[in-house]
Amino acid sequence: MTTKENNWRANRQFWTQKALNLVFANPKVTIGLAIIAPTIVLSIIGSEFTSHGPLETNPADRLQGPSGQYLLGTDHLGRDILSRIFLGARTTLLIGFGSTALAVLLGVPIGLIAGYFKGTTDEILMRIMDIVMSIPTLLLGLLILVALSSSTTNLIMAIGIVFTPRLARVTRSVTLSESKQSYVLAAKARGESHLYIMFREILPNVTSPIVIESSTRVGYAIMVGASLSFLGLGSGPPYPDWGYMVSVAREHMYSSPWILLWPCLALLLVIMATNILGDGLKDALDEKNFQ
Amino acid sequence: MNRTNQIYLLKRIVTATVSLFIVSTAVFAITQILPGNAATVILGNEATEEAVKEIEAQLGLNRPLWQQYIDYMIGLLTLNFGISLTSQQPVMSMVWPRFIRTLQLAMVTMGMTVITAIPLGVIAAKERDSKIDYLITTSTYLGMSVPSFVTATLLLLVFTTGPFGFLPSGGYTPISQNVIEWLQRIFLPALSLTVIVMAYVLRQTRSSMIETLESKYIRTARLKGVGESKVLFNHALRNGLLPTVTVLAINFGWLMGAVVIVEEIFRYPGIGELIVIAIRNRDLPVIQAGVLIPSAAFIFANLTADIVYTWLDPRITMGDQ
Amino acid sequence: MTQSDINNTILEVENINVEFSVPDGTVQALRDVSVSLDKGETLGIAGESGSGKSTLALAIVQYLDSNGHVSDGSIRFKGRDILNASKDELRSIRGGEIAHVAQRPSQALNPSLTIGEQISESIRLHQDIDSSDDARERTIEVLDQVNIPDPAEMSERYPHELSGGQQQRAMLAIGLSCNPDLLILDEPTTGLDVTTQAKFLDLIQDLKSEYNTAILLITHNLGVISEIADRVNVLYAGKMVEKGPVKEVFSNPANPYTQALLATTPELGVDKELRPIPGRIPDLDNIPDGCIFADRCDYATEKCETGSIRMETVSERDGHESRCLHWETAISDPIEAEESAAPSHTPGEDVLSAEKLKKYYDVGGVIQNRFFDHQPVQAVSDVSLTIRESETVGLVGESGCGKSTLGRTLLKLHDTTDGSIEFRHQELSGLNKEQLQQFRSECQIIFQDPEASLNPNKTIEEIIERPLKLFTENPPEERQQRITELIEQMNLGREIRSKYPHELSGGQQQRVAIARAFAANPSLIVLDEPVASLDVSVQASILNLLNELRDEYGTSYLLISHDLSVIESICDRVAVMYLGEIIETGTTSEIFAPPYHPYTRSLLRSIPTLDPTEDIAQIRLDGDVPSARDPPSGCSFHTRCPKKIGDICETEDPQLESVGDTDNSHCISCHLDQDQIESPLDMVANPEM
Repeated sequence: MTTKENNWRANRQFWTQKALNLVFANPKVTIGLAIIAPTIVLSIIGSEFTSHGPLETNPADRLQGPSGQYLLGTDHLGRDILSRIFLGARTTLLIGFGSTALAVLLGVPIGLIAGYFKGTTDEILMRIMDIVMSIPTLLLGLLILVALSSSTTNLIMAIGIVFTPRLARVTRSVTLSESKQSYVLAAKARGESHLYIMFREILPNVTSPIVIESSTRVGYAIMVGASLSFLGLGSGPPYPDWGYMVSVAREHMYSSPWILLWPCLALLLVIMATNILGDGLKDALDEKNFQ
Repeated sequence: MNRTNQIYLLKRIVTATVSLFIVSTAVFAITQILPGNAATVILGNEATEEAVKEIEAQLGLNRPLWQQYIDYMIGLLTLNFGISLTSQQPVMSMVWPRFIRTLQLAMVTMGMTVITAIPLGVIAAKERDSKIDYLITTSTYLGMSVPSFVTATLLLLVFTTGPFGFLPSGGYTPISQNVIEWLQRIFLPALSLTVIVMAYVLRQTRSSMIETLESKYIRTARLKGVGESKVLFNHALRNGLLPTVTVLAINFGWLMGAVVIVEEIFRYPGIGELIVIAIRNRDLPVIQAGVLIPSAAFIFANLTADIVYTWLDPRITMGDQ
Repeated sequence: MTQSDINNTILEVENINVEFSVPDGTVQALRDVSVSLDKGETLGIAGESGSGKSTLALAIVQYLDSNGHVSDGSIRFKGRDILNASKDELRSIRGGEIAHVAQRPSQALNPSLTIGEQISESIRLHQDIDSSDDARERTIEVLDQVNIPDPAEMSERYPHELSGGQQQRAMLAIGLSCNPDLLILDEPTTGLDVTTQAKFLDLIQDLKSEYNTAILLITHNLGVISEIADRVNVLYAGKMVEKGPVKEVFSNPANPYTQALLATTPELGVDKELRPIPGRIPDLDNIPDGCIFADRCDYATEKCETGSIRMETVSERDGHESRCLHWETAISDPIEAEESAAPSHTPGEDVLSAEKLKKYYDVGGVIQNRFFDHQPVQAVSDVSLTIRESETVGLVGESGCGKSTLGRTLLKLHDTTDGSIEFRHQELSGLNKEQLQQFRSECQIIFQDPEASLNPNKTIEEIIERPLKLFTENPPEERQQRITELIEQMNLGREIRSKYPHELSGGQQQRVAIARAFAANPSLIVLDEPVASLDVSVQASILNLLNELRDEYGTSYLLISHDLSVIESICDRVAVMYLGEIIETGTTSEIFAPPYHPYTRSLLRSIPTLDPTEDIAQIRLDGDVPSARDPPSGCSFHTRCPKKIGDICETEDPQLESVGDTDNSHCISCHLDQDQIESPLDMVANPEM
């Protein structure tokens, strides 16, 4: 049917336009993406372009300052810091995005169910979420990691679990207010199934707050991941993330502060970019809601 | 205080207690699946099977799980967390003094945060979109984006060595012994946490103050002819600062976790440093206490925030919907 | 009158333009608006949403949003130039000399200060009262002035502890506390129930006769203006279109817009075919040349579309002016509502009937009931109601009376607490899944806020198609055909199909919601305040559409509304609800004529009429509606009833009993006997006076 097709095309155009608008709607969004997107690219292919590989040790060149040969200097084993920063970005970003994705996958359905059914279901689910949240983030992460043994996958799992209640809470509160809208009641009056109402009627209307919350979570997840890894509970050598690099660099910080500075700066830059992005998304999406 | 508020608070206290109970259970469960068992911790890996059995019997680890659980819960009620596997001392005597020191660190951090973040947040809201506002909000991005181990390490590097190295690099002096020295030693760890907490509190203060200043009742006040400073102090602050109370409590919870890192870096003998050691040694009872006590403190902080909130806000906003 | 040295003139607004800068340009919210107000005079500013009436109020107190400014003209208050006043000057004028009473008191009162604190602050600022005792004394005096019961105790309360009507009085008390020369009331009664509104208007009337305060009354409600204003200015899309004495303008409107507005407003006891105003208000960021109303006007000619149209004098003596080239034609051949054709449908079989229906909220858990004297909210108690085929039943009552809950419970959107609902003689609770689906397809609901009732993420086509997919087995082509048909029937353009709800006006959105409800040929539609959030000119078109559709489809309606005139205009039978109970039912003509239940009577007497000369005896109810958690014993209305006869009202719950002599259709639940009910209440009210 041609109307159907047109409709689909109009829909696609609508969403592309919406996405494009979003990228340029707000300078914060543009700035955030301008930092994160290249970081992702560099984390994948960056170490191909450095003069030395990330795992290549040159004991003769250890603990050197920035130079033409080693743009950011070398570490205690004489490895090129720039190429290790690129390599570290891989794990760091994986932790940030992976754990947030996990939290979204777990938290959003929990929040939808709690906010839609209300009553006892809501009470039970949110109590559980509260309890998970009442253990300080880092301690819970620590505990889970110690129980699961340290690895990148487990780190992602741990942070994902720790962040699930946050996503669930946000989703629940917007679902609660959205359920009060009469279009939800209209759907019930039509006899739609609960699944249809939750995922087809409500979910598309609560994506903004979920997107905003998850974008700020990414930065926070990177931070927690780096902290746990700093404590030695991350992936560790030979595939370091930035947190681990800082903890190793600390041993040499008085003699060569450079090797400490670079991963710190990298962390700061990427986390700040996600925060700015999240803030920009909030501004842009909120404005839309007001229209 | 009216009846609805009383019921609400009673409910709140009950849920806090239930949370505490379930958190204790969860901690017990997680520590049960920790790899490595207590006997090998004590005896080392080369211990004979008999020696292991003997130790296990001694510690009561050969009993059924439910019995261990009941003992553990009864212990909690009497604030008895058992004996440390490594030092053989009662856990409580190890953890409690350290917890008090951590609490000091948290309080100093919160104090520093409140006296800086709230005025700055109010100023930023009042001067919204001015240069001052941009300066303040932009700098909060820095605070929100920096991991605590980075602030701690950098502060340590700058203020304990080199040209600005006038502060001790760590440790702890009891306040009763020497106030100045206590302050000198607690200042850097507290500062590295304040930088971060401040950013969150400031942003919350700013945004809720902006919302308040744009509200209809502020318009009413201005249209009554109330002057700007009175509008701010008599009408806006009390309502605008309410959400800050909640954010302070949430950040207290964050602090209870972040101290692990900062205490480790500054060798501050608090509960965080102890947890890192206990985890390395698989010292179960110490881990349990080290996680439970800060969690209980967090639950208590949230409860306090709610009570303060109902006390400050005459509306019953937090009862049942 | 340009001279402000005429002592009597308090406020002179001359030719002001107000502009707001928005991201895509400038919105010209007010253009060339002039207002003048004398001492002791009440001037009504009438206008629909988007007319700029609240902007005018805020411009007078110089409190426009930061993106707005007065770009032209002058505002003089007691001879002083407000636009160039210093900050200090403005501060002493605001509150001291001009009091602005904002709409929505629940948001306009500071939630964390007591009422007393908020009033005495104003007193101390503007009056030479320093001691807190004196300020307190004055506070209590003002609260007493606005008829707040027990003012000393009330002044200690926080805003949320007051009812809506009391909050509005407290706002007024703040305004009156410093004896202002000018009182601006911005939609003072919007959001209040009619009985509360009536009492508030009485209060304003009293104040008018007692003090010499000039009042600027801003409202969309023509009835309110007719009741208390001396003169009226009609605003449309930022332009003043007509001004003059209320009596003159209402009886002899000289502007097509005013005429259309009056013709489209339903009136109680006036049988008129409501005439909708075609089209919609123009966008204010792109103002067309010529008359702003030309594209919606019956009299418009080519001349209307060019140049600037000036105010023309209709009557020099009265100061009656109209901004219309054809005002003379408009007066001699006015737009008037015609008498409506009598409804010509006969009700058939019972479709839906409820028997002793109960719905309680917040029933509470075991602990609450055991340890606290927890009371559920008795939203609906013991209601019996029948809706027959192709019949429109009206359900009327004030907010919180349980009418919406009843409507939703009947559609099985809520669980029932007790009682039974039968659909075509089949108990609802006994339906199996298939039968339930059948029930759902036959019973639809339309809500108050059309925007909220349409999913913002779906196109209009998707929205209308959904019930067709659910309830019919039609193939896609047939569904498309049906959508086209429905869109046409609702007078919506074809282009609407691929649009999203937020791109439509409120009236169009409600049409889409109606199309969705009718898509699968339902036999019953619950209309839950279907026009309450729409402008009056749009209301009429929706009501007419609903009337047409009923005749075409033979659908039954349950129309839930707080507005008796809306009920009167389309219902066959009416049920009046108070505190969860039906206290009177009957055919529309029976309800709107004696005998009455005392509550129905006071409801009818609370609605301001469009006729400024009509002066009917008022009935005012004491106090507020009691809590539905703890309804009064006996007759639930006894706490406010002006005709309470004694203990029996407090102890015995009256049953609905037939009062008519014909077919048991008119029932009233009241202890008064037939004669007492029939005697017009207003004549015996308050014999001591």
